[in-house]
Amino acid sequence: MSRILDIVDLKLGFKGYAGLTEVLHGMSLHINAGERVALVGESGSGKSVTARIILGLLQETRTARIAGKVSFDGHDISTMSGSQRAALRGTEMSMIFQDPTSALNPVFTIGRQFTEVLRRRVPGMSNETATAKAAQLLADVSIPDPSRVLQSYAFQLSGGMNQRVMIAMALSNRPKLLLADEPGTALDVTVQAQTLTLMRDLVTDHGTSVLLISHNLGVVREFADRIYVVYRGRIVESGPTKSIFGKPGHAYTRALLSAVPRITGAGLPEVPEISDDFLAPMVTHEAVS
Amino acid sequence: MIRSLRILAANPMSLFGLILVVIIVLAAVLAPWITPYPTHNGAVVDFAFANDAPSARNWMGTDLVGRDILSRIIYAYQISLVLGIVVLSISVPLGAVVGLFAGYAGGWVESVLMRLTDVFLSVPPLVLAIAMMGVLEPTLINAMLAVTVMWWPWYARLVYNIARSEREEGYVLAAEVIGASTTHIAFREILPNCLPAIITKMTLDMGFVIIIASSLSFLGLGVQPPTPDLGSMVAEGARYLPDSWWLSVFPGLAILLAVFGFNLLGDGLREILGVDE
Repeated sequence: MSRILDIVDLKLGFKGYAGLTEVLHGMSLHINAGERVALVGESGSGKSVTARIILGLLQETRTARIAGKVSFDGHDISTMSGSQRAALRGTEMSMIFQDPTSALNPVFTIGRQFTEVLRRRVPGMSNETATAKAAQLLADVSIPDPSRVLQSYAFQLSGGMNQRVMIAMALSNRPKLLLADEPGTALDVTVQAQTLTLMRDLVTDHGTSVLLISHNLGVVREFADRIYVVYRGRIVESGPTKSIFGKPGHAYTRALLSAVPRITGAGLPEVPEISDDFLAPMVTHEAVS
Repeated sequence: MIRSLRILAANPMSLFGLILVVIIVLAAVLAPWITPYPTHNGAVVDFAFANDAPSARNWMGTDLVGRDILSRIIYAYQISLVLGIVVLSISVPLGAVVGLFAGYAGGWVESVLMRLTDVFLSVPPLVLAIAMMGVLEPTLINAMLAVTVMWWPWYARLVYNIARSEREEGYVLAAEVIGASTTHIAFREILPNCLPAIITKMTLDMGFVIIIASSLSFLGLGVQPPTPDLGSMVAEGARYLPDSWWLSVFPGLAILLAVFGFNLLGDGLREILGVDE
């Protein structure tokens, strides 16, 4: 199976006044074509910086020291120039954010922003064509009145609507890889579930690979085929979703799973912030497929 | 637009400001047609009526050489407004570009641009302008130049601060993610979000530019006679206070009204555009 994304031994540090602060200590992960992979871990574990490296954004930060190999669709991103990386963004890969409302510019209508996204792929697309295409894509994400939404501003729509708009925009140029950084964490649970289902159906239709970044194990379990558990810049466990949830092998994964508050009560579980066995070597589950 | 007018109308002070500004602008534009003595904007001498108190013939009296003060005030508004518009239309784009790049790009660009701005801001504005005018010839053009040099850093600061906070907004990251260029993000994404604050400050600043320009000419460093200017008219009449009070009081009131009008209007705009300061 062809690999859309292949990261080998990725290391990241930030150079500051106090010397180099290491953030990622050699991460390796891959995503096959059409596969939905989740990166799970607590805040600060290095999930989001990984996404920013894949997008080629962190490479622009002068204090960042990046080592290792990141291949996207067979091309090595680490050796590309800034503009080559920029050319991939918005066309071959795109991203969905935590808070959809703030990800849309408040001073422009949805229609205008959507048109701009479409022109990333087809420069000079006429307004009529772009608007018609945008309306079609919005209808695909079950937005009832696309032409009204296109004339609206982000703050006039609900969070759920904006999330659908974001999904439609992110998938409009048929990217090969979609990065979803805690999608819909800012939304309430029912809306989050709806949009996730919608997103899953769409990426399955398009054959888009997804890297889902999340700390929400419920979401991950529903959405992902395969999981990487990250702890302090290292992958501690990887394997198919079922097998990780069924037989968590690493102490940190077990702690993470037991940290989910139960709806039946009994209070919040006690989980240590750090424990020696969290630093135990990586556990890899045999791939089922 | 209609909603904006309604908010403006609901706030009597802002509405008053708008009316004042409209009257002043109209008077300035229509000066050659509405002034009682259109020729009195130049070197006209009419000693028969010199230094007359306000009367039916000259509503605001006449100056030392017999020119109608009302006519000269209206012409002086023309000069003040042109000066204000020219100064702002140069210093605002300049300041905005500097502030945008400093705020969005960060790093050494930010350091260089903002420290440069700080250098300009550290010199008291009027002193800087006076120093410049002392070196340059006192003409209208140079007065504009001097005020512009002291004005742009304020816009650089303003836009920089907004750009700094907008840089962290999700839509900027979203634009980066779709591969938009730095200039695109700065001018097409962030700048539109700065416009309400810029427009508000511009309106407020029209009044201040008029004051500064008047201060310069009060000190004899601005527009030179016989061209009418509110500042130099006040200065000229100040020597004859309190007997020939109309010489200074009316031009002084004219400055007051203009500044007052632009300030009230600016405050109203701040409310309409939702700028908080």
